[in-house]
Amino acid sequence: MSALVQLVGVSKTFGDAAAVHAIDLSIEHGKTTVLIGPSGCGKSTLLRLIIGLIQPDSGQILFDGTNITADKPARRRLGGGGIDIVRRRVGYVIQEGGLFPHLTARGNILLMARHLGRADNEMRARLSELCVLTRFPENLLGRYPLELSGGQRQRVSLMRALMLSPELLLLDEPLGALDPLVRAALQKDLKEIFARLRQTALLVTHDLAEAAYLGDVIVLVNEGRIVQQGSLADLREKPASPFVSEFISAQRSLAVL
Amino acid sequence: MNRIRKAGKQETFGRQLLFSCVAAFLIFSPGSLPAKPVVVGSKKFTESYVLGEIAKRTLSDAGIPVEHRQGMGGTIILWEALRTRQIDIYPEYTGTITQEILKRTDQLTFEQIATELGKVGIGMTEPLGFSNTYALVMLRTRAEKLGLRTITDLKNHPELKFGLTHEFLDRQDGWRPLTQRYQLNPQSVSGIDHALGYAAIAKGSIDVKDAYSTDSKISENDLVVLEDDRQFFPQYKAVFLFRFALPEPAVSALRKLEGTIDAVKMTRLNAEAERTTNYTRAASLFFEPNATSTTTFGETFPHKLARWTGRHLELAGFSLLLSVLVGIPLGIFASRGGAIGHIILGFAGIVQTIPSLALLALLVPLPFFGISVRTAITALFLYGLLPIVRNTATGLQDIPRALRESAIALGLSPAARLWQIHLPMASRSILAGIKTSAVINIGTATLAALIGAGGLGEPILSGLNLNDHATILQGAVPAAILALLVQSLFHLLDRVLIPKGLRL
Repeated sequence: MSALVQLVGVSKTFGDAAAVHAIDLSIEHGKTTVLIGPSGCGKSTLLRLIIGLIQPDSGQILFDGTNITADKPARRRLGGGGIDIVRRRVGYVIQEGGLFPHLTARGNILLMARHLGRADNEMRARLSELCVLTRFPENLLGRYPLELSGGQRQRVSLMRALMLSPELLLLDEPLGALDPLVRAALQKDLKEIFARLRQTALLVTHDLAEAAYLGDVIVLVNEGRIVQQGSLADLREKPASPFVSEFISAQRSLAVL
Repeated sequence: MNRIRKAGKQETFGRQLLFSCVAAFLIFSPGSLPAKPVVVGSKKFTESYVLGEIAKRTLSDAGIPVEHRQGMGGTIILWEALRTRQIDIYPEYTGTITQEILKRTDQLTFEQIATELGKVGIGMTEPLGFSNTYALVMLRTRAEKLGLRTITDLKNHPELKFGLTHEFLDRQDGWRPLTQRYQLNPQSVSGIDHALGYAAIAKGSIDVKDAYSTDSKISENDLVVLEDDRQFFPQYKAVFLFRFALPEPAVSALRKLEGTIDAVKMTRLNAEAERTTNYTRAASLFFEPNATSTTTFGETFPHKLARWTGRHLELAGFSLLLSVLVGIPLGIFASRGGAIGHIILGFAGIVQTIPSLALLALLVPLPFFGISVRTAITALFLYGLLPIVRNTATGLQDIPRALRESAIALGLSPAARLWQIHLPMASRSILAGIKTSAVINIGTATLAALIGAGGLGEPILSGLNLNDHATILQGAVPAAILALLVQSLFHLLDRVLIPKGLRL
């Protein structure tokens, strides 16, 4: 088992408030790692650092062994588009889907493949495959995002992220804005998809049940630091700090009702 | 309707500003070499138009290619155009040359004037025959009732209301020195457009106004000229000014006009021009005094309308194209914020706050511009810039951060992000900006006629000049219709250019 992504001593501050401090984290091949914690704990910041939307103040991020946080000239040596090459090996899904409203579902999904000049039949085949995989009706591909339901939009967003068969899938609260029934259905589908593709995934959520259901590894983050990582059982039975117990019981109390 | 205008007495509210700008800028630029045909210019009032047409006809009869740029503006504009070789000839008045061009407060003899002009390479014909000077006029009935005959008599009636043209109020040989000479101290003095002043005096809302001695309106409205008993007003003998570089055949043709137009004849030509609103036809009366009024001269109305509209669209369309080509890239830079963004938006904002007339006036004295279509298009272009820059910038800035980041995270190159994501998403806002610019341009382009660039402003201006509502509407109605058409055209463009997904 090896790490696809490694964060080594990564820190990032915004103004006075420290977002993340000296984070060390490995994202293992083929596993689903879940970042969980209260809002504002820095979990989304970690995702944004990995995809290169923001640069760390210190520390290194290694993607498949290559340092992607090096200074600009070094990143350029990564080839052609530098960080863009890495981005094309990563899929990214955000809460509201991040679909472009002026493009149809198909247009959104194929955007990057078209940009890279992929062959038409290749794209068509991949699209059908993805529709089956994500249980999205093919006849809705011509619709614009505004003509789709919230759940359908997330499925389109997932297809867009998976289109180029990324090595890593980043999901930032992908189900956060959905109603419970749709959410449960998507959770189930996501689990199947990850298993079927043996997809390396990093998921951000604040819902412990979702984390436990989808995650192979749960990473609990608070105030910009990793508090504990392991399985739900580890967290429950061997809490590293009172915060861990508190966080778990706060969420469980709802489930008990 | 009749209206006779004298050298530079035409006044518009922008004239004062134009004057000071030109004076401040007095740059004697080399300008462009004259085009092959001799170019005759004229000022923006009936008599100047007619004299310009007469010169054109005279040269053309002598086999010299000639064109006439009608109604280019006031004294300083014409003088600058002559100095910078944009025109070769224009009609002027000796009093105006002394006061406004040579800036002399003393009276110069005709020979002295010719000598002074010669020093700057400008020639002057002998007087054409008539002299046109300022006069104060009032209704004959009113003057008789009050027993007024001379300007001195006005002193005893401070209750009389004076309605004077703006230029007369400002001129060195105008109102202020006149009041000093005659010791006048009226209670009410207001500025009023020359043409409107006649209507005002007829209605009795003013009692006294300034006029020109060859003005056919004076007899038509049964007005009486108050005698200039202290010889205050200088002589205004009509002459043609020309550049020394003008070829000899053209000069001799022009000189044939010396002493051929007396005051009676000029008054008749002016009256004819104003009656028919056709200057070519009025000028032809000079050559064929017996021509019947059924003879048609010049172009038909549909033809004129097509010419005005064509030029108008040319002005508005070309300037809009420039605004779009420059405005969108500037808007893209401005959307990135920072110092450059602020400078771009600030600059475009400042340009927009300059009144359109003032912007035209500011450009006229600059070397590259002058009295030309170029100037009009540049002013319109600058004017149309802000809505496009601002709407492009805000349209781009309004794209949600999550979507910008999604485009980055996908790995799209910056160019692809701009063309495939940002610009389509901002298209509604950008198009709205272009639409605003287009409608503003259609309206503002009417001002282009002020600097002789033509368009639908041409009939509006001459209509205002003649106080002829029909002529005003010939320009105003098509301009309004054009604006509405442009508006609906953009409505259609919205459907074509804004992606469907944004219109749901």
